[in-house]
Amino acid sequence: MAIINKKVKFTFPQDMIKQPVIYELAKKYKVITNIRRADVRDDMGWVVLELEGDEKEIERGLKWVTSTGVRIDPVIGDVVEG
Amino acid sequence: MDTLLAICVCMGSPISDARHRVCLEEVRLSYVKSLVCRECGSEYPVEPQHVCEFCFGPLEVSYDYDAIARVVTRESITKGPLSIWRYQPLLPVNETSVDMGTGFTPLVHAKNLGKMLGLNQLYIKNDSVNPSYSFKDRVVSVATNKALEFEFETLACASTGNLAGSVAAHGAKAGMKTMVFFPADLEKGKIIGAGIYGATLVAVDGTYDQVNRLCSELADNHRWAFVNINMRPYYSEGSKTLGYEVAEQLGWRAPDRCIVPAASGSLFTKIWKGFKEMSNLDLISKPYTKMHLAQPAGCSPIVEAFEMGSFHVKPVKPNTIAKSLAIGNPADGFYALKIVEETKGSCERVPEPEVVEGIKLLAETEGIFTETAGGVVISALRGLAKKGIIKPDEVTVAYVTGNGLKTQEAVESVVNPIYTTPDYQAFQTALAAR
Repeated sequence: MAIINKKVKFTFPQDMIKQPVIYELAKKYKVITNIRRADVRDDMGWVVLELEGDEKEIERGLKWVTSTGVRIDPVIGDVVEG
Repeated sequence: MDTLLAICVCMGSPISDARHRVCLEEVRLSYVKSLVCRECGSEYPVEPQHVCEFCFGPLEVSYDYDAIARVVTRESITKGPLSIWRYQPLLPVNETSVDMGTGFTPLVHAKNLGKMLGLNQLYIKNDSVNPSYSFKDRVVSVATNKALEFEFETLACASTGNLAGSVAAHGAKAGMKTMVFFPADLEKGKIIGAGIYGATLVAVDGTYDQVNRLCSELADNHRWAFVNINMRPYYSEGSKTLGYEVAEQLGWRAPDRCIVPAASGSLFTKIWKGFKEMSNLDLISKPYTKMHLAQPAGCSPIVEAFEMGSFHVKPVKPNTIAKSLAIGNPADGFYALKIVEETKGSCERVPEPEVVEGIKLLAETEGIFTETAGGVVISALRGLAKKGIIKPDEVTVAYVTGNGLKTQEAVESVVNPIYTTPDYQAFQTALAAR
């Protein structure tokens, strides 16, 4: 079991904004969720958070989050032109 | 603060003279104060760090502008080398170990294109003539020198193409190991243009955003200098030089309008930062430049937010021939939109077929062969001129950031040679039939 911390950004499409995805992620999987920044509006929302837990459990949890339609991006400070 | 009390051995006297004068002189190597979080303002030391530990916001370089103002003048700049290093006090590097001769690229008065579009003061900033044929050499030059200062041995990047070539070239020159990651569907010219320098090429079966995700994980687990991830705060500062140079080349003034291609929006924000820094240092008067951002229809999330009157950019899945602009989740989109609002500029969406039209238009009028991102800029420029948004005598600068030889596939269909046998009459017949 390898405990890791992972910084991620969830982007919620309009139809998912009201869903308690982060709560369910923590409940369904053994993942500690720690929100650092967020902006939720009528038409979209994003949340930057840190996940802590077993690497494989986080992977499973993120796979589930993706299946709900929420987009996951790494938090790297910025994505610059490549 | 990066200062060094150095012992300077003055070499003015003959070598045989044992009485070399030794003087103590305070040598200021860099005017960087710290890294600062763009979101919450938390401050960090100058290290290979890119994310705020508190809020996970992006870190930016903070400078001692008062000290810079004491040493930087128009005269000091013009005495400098004809490269980005003439602006070294405004860049976050202590010394230039690797210099590929990047920058001070031509600002071409585009009289032919201008005449066609009814613009008398149209200029093309032709950054396709940098050492690896794109503006990426500016940012990579800064990142490579900083990576050497931090004693990294491996230079790496996640790339949509141009960055791959630039990182590979700089890595070779610096004697570093080089790893470049890119989407597997990248144009052949860009893959060859990176591989020839001896870089390890990694073609990832996915989009650029997915390549980026992979690289961010690698950056966490390997001591590699990913120029656009863990070196990002330093890397992105290199783009400011595209603002400095244009202002200097225009005779120490900012243009009235700029048209800039956007993927993440970083370049757009840094050009504006360049104008503002020059103004704050009294090198130019206050800029009233209207900043116009251009994206291809197949990947235009910033334009979409602009049209919705929002500052919140919804990620998209890119599907565009302008692969160097194919970033679906542009993290600098918010900041770019703020600048568009501040400067009363606009965001322009270019239909995909018009990308190639833009490439052709620039080539046929000014003899400059640009890649697809340049095609986006020229088509956006044409649209702004047609709509009468750009006035005939406004000083307008269109940024051409990459060379067309890298994306030949995009224009193959519009290049049709005349085929003939080596015979005079056959040639006349073929010419007439064209």
